[in-house]
Amino acid sequence: MPELIETDIAIVGGGGAGLRAAIAAAELDPKLRIAIISKVYPMRSHTVAAEGGSAAVTLAEDSLENHFHDTVAGGDWLCDQDAVQYFVEHCYEEMVRLEHWGCPWSRLPDGRVNVRAFGGMKMERTWFAADMTGFHMLHTLFQTSMKYAAIRRFDEHFVCDLLVDEGRVKGVLAIEVASGEFRVIKARAVVIATGGAGRVFRQNTNGGIVTGDGMALAYRRGVPLRDMEFMQYHPTCMPGSGLLFTEACRGEGGVLVNKDGYRYLQDYGLGPPDPWPRKKAMELGPRDRLSQAFWHEQRKGRTIPMPGGDAVHLDLRHLGRAKLHERLPQICELAEQFLGIDPAQAPIPVRPAAHYTMGGIPTDVRTATSLPGLYAAGECASSGIHGANRLGSNSLAELCVFGRVAGEEAARFASSVQGGNGVALRWQAQDTAREALRALERPAGGERLAAVRDEMAKAMERGCGIYRTAAEMEETCRTLSELKARANAVSLTDRARGWNTEWLAALELGFQLDVAEAMAHSALARRESRGAHQRLDEGCGERDDANFLKHTLAWRVHAGSPRIGWAPVVITTSQPGTRAYGAAGEAAQNERKADAAHA
Amino acid sequence: MPDSFHPSEVTIEVLRYDPADAGGPRTQSWSVPYTPDMSVLQALQYVKDHLDGSLTFRWSCRMAICGSCGVMVNGVPHLGCRTFVRDFLPGPVRVEALAHFPIERDLVVDAEDFIEKLREIHPWIQPKVARLIEEGPYRQTPEELARYESFSHCINCMLCYAACPQYGLDPKFLGPGLTALAHRYNSDSRDGAKDERMELLHSEEGVWSCTAVGYCSEVCPKQVDPANAVNQNKTASALDWFARFLPGRS
Repeated sequence: MPELIETDIAIVGGGGAGLRAAIAAAELDPKLRIAIISKVYPMRSHTVAAEGGSAAVTLAEDSLENHFHDTVAGGDWLCDQDAVQYFVEHCYEEMVRLEHWGCPWSRLPDGRVNVRAFGGMKMERTWFAADMTGFHMLHTLFQTSMKYAAIRRFDEHFVCDLLVDEGRVKGVLAIEVASGEFRVIKARAVVIATGGAGRVFRQNTNGGIVTGDGMALAYRRGVPLRDMEFMQYHPTCMPGSGLLFTEACRGEGGVLVNKDGYRYLQDYGLGPPDPWPRKKAMELGPRDRLSQAFWHEQRKGRTIPMPGGDAVHLDLRHLGRAKLHERLPQICELAEQFLGIDPAQAPIPVRPAAHYTMGGIPTDVRTATSLPGLYAAGECASSGIHGANRLGSNSLAELCVFGRVAGEEAARFASSVQGGNGVALRWQAQDTAREALRALERPAGGERLAAVRDEMAKAMERGCGIYRTAAEMEETCRTLSELKARANAVSLTDRARGWNTEWLAALELGFQLDVAEAMAHSALARRESRGAHQRLDEGCGERDDANFLKHTLAWRVHAGSPRIGWAPVVITTSQPGTRAYGAAGEAAQNERKADAAHA
Repeated sequence: MPDSFHPSEVTIEVLRYDPADAGGPRTQSWSVPYTPDMSVLQALQYVKDHLDGSLTFRWSCRMAICGSCGVMVNGVPHLGCRTFVRDFLPGPVRVEALAHFPIERDLVVDAEDFIEKLREIHPWIQPKVARLIEEGPYRQTPEELARYESFSHCINCMLCYAACPQYGLDPKFLGPGLTALAHRYNSDSRDGAKDERMELLHSEEGVWSCTAVGYCSEVCPKQVDPANAVNQNKTASALDWFARFLPGRS
């Protein structure tokens, strides 16, 4: 029987959202026993790799309406507008709170917090700590969390199941990585804050830990996954490794040029090509449009062949060494150390790579999921604020805004219900544990884990890349189904229980295949093009609001393909309109204003 | 090595340790395909994926910011992800767990001592003047920010602990990285808990244990310069000690 640990709230994941949730719960009710269960030490969580910044309306000339509209139009009207409204209203206070907790935000000469421009945003509203914003936010939250006695951490504990009884979640089953021993962590409310699933794609910006665990945990317990076809390709990543060069490079004035030195974005409805960074135009267009433009340039033979794949150039030379080292020190370091390039002297080769999972566990504006007692926040959640395309700097703000809500809501729920029956949970846990251990008992001589994992990543890139066709998506669906069978037969060379990272990778691969299937089947079902989901097949090339202004839901089906359904999008004030950027965007906005004036 | 030297394979040698193995630590070598952009981490990943799935190490971000993959490479503490095999040609490249920490398995060390000490320095702002959210952010000029900013870059990779001879001799020593981090909070214009933290820094396990070798700053992948933080605190600690004998201060 696994060891039983009693808590009130179990938070799965110790990144930005999980830590923020824990602090919020501890502040609301210091008597609660709060557990943060993370498969890595919290400061290793992938929030650490976010570079550019976090959004909050700050300037006097900016407004919540602007942030709302940028986000909703940026998401190609697939956002839940009630969630967006709540989000934009609470970003600023969360940024201030982080400031009070010590986050080293970059400053103006008079000591006020500085803000920078970001893609798809009408005004400068991105708070930043040089180009290590996620790193500083994560360390600030982690270190601040240490002052709360109510927060107990289970570092390097791998959660392999949610424990569900009497129709609500009552805890989690975790493996202590160092010993390989199982632990039942009983809780009256559970928050999932495990981040995205970018590692299901081949070239990606994500850390090795970003394997969709929390999404799969909920999915396996009957919670659908929403809008999983929307995978964000970040346009400026290192060819080969996929490492990220922040959008702040362009916010600070960097430009993208093709092999002829031409600012090709002007050919894709993003012009005019001003020499300065014009908001919501050219290099400050949204990520989906920029990644799509790269795809077209590549087809036209205007990209630069590199060993890690074709590239275009991110040119930062005109910013000068002093500004580069002040605003973009990490970018300089990455370019110098990984590519041998000094960005003050030479352009950086970049290409799109999978970056952010827009879909996830559906939550309402209070972060509640469809399973009572279960909350979700951060990249693992589909909070409804990103729609079909996330704007850069909205996700770091989301961690804080919805992380806090999740912590408070979980605290309230935990105080309103009785704890579960420990014995029943341990029996349930024993079944899952036995299943998880099966991987260790399979005979030697079978296929290697990495072979299945790499084939999955290639299939996802082929079928669910920047542009998609029915034939390729169908092939990816078939491949994934075969890979699931093969994953259940891989042979592990490591038979130890303690620190068996091969075993944990096998469990992660199971999670990844579930999430990948949800993505591919959702993509196939959405017979239109919207935001990051672009199709080349007949009749699917345009946005189709009549049939597809709705969320995709994927339910797991035991031993079969996911079942796809639909859910309405919450529209409050912004009816779907033309999504345009650059000069065309300005014209469209003026038209909207004129219409509003006449109405 | 001349730039043109491109072997097709390179030997990776790892000091392996499995607590269940009564034979104790042993060295194992593998030959992996070489490419000029291959990091030490990628070499380890190649072994794990294709040659021996039981090789155990921590890693995540691949871009020198998460701090997971600190190892000794040919005897020197490095982040595996941003240390390149090309710099160790013709090999072999010898990889071992970070020095001065107990080994849990292969390249994985026990980090609990570091994490526990991190909490002991109280790494959070204890405001000089408490402020409500409605009052907005504190003002902090770029000059005030510059006083602590570089010390806030510590990614907790623990390379400086593996480099620190004093930590190797006396694990009670607070050590370079956490002294830098304590200094980061002490130097922050928003914080008012310097006196409390200085007590820890004064103590036997604080800055005075440092023998000023400076190797910590040399191996730091983020130019945090913990040696500088330690020395500034020796000065501060000494001044505080003398200040006790001045009138008006008890």
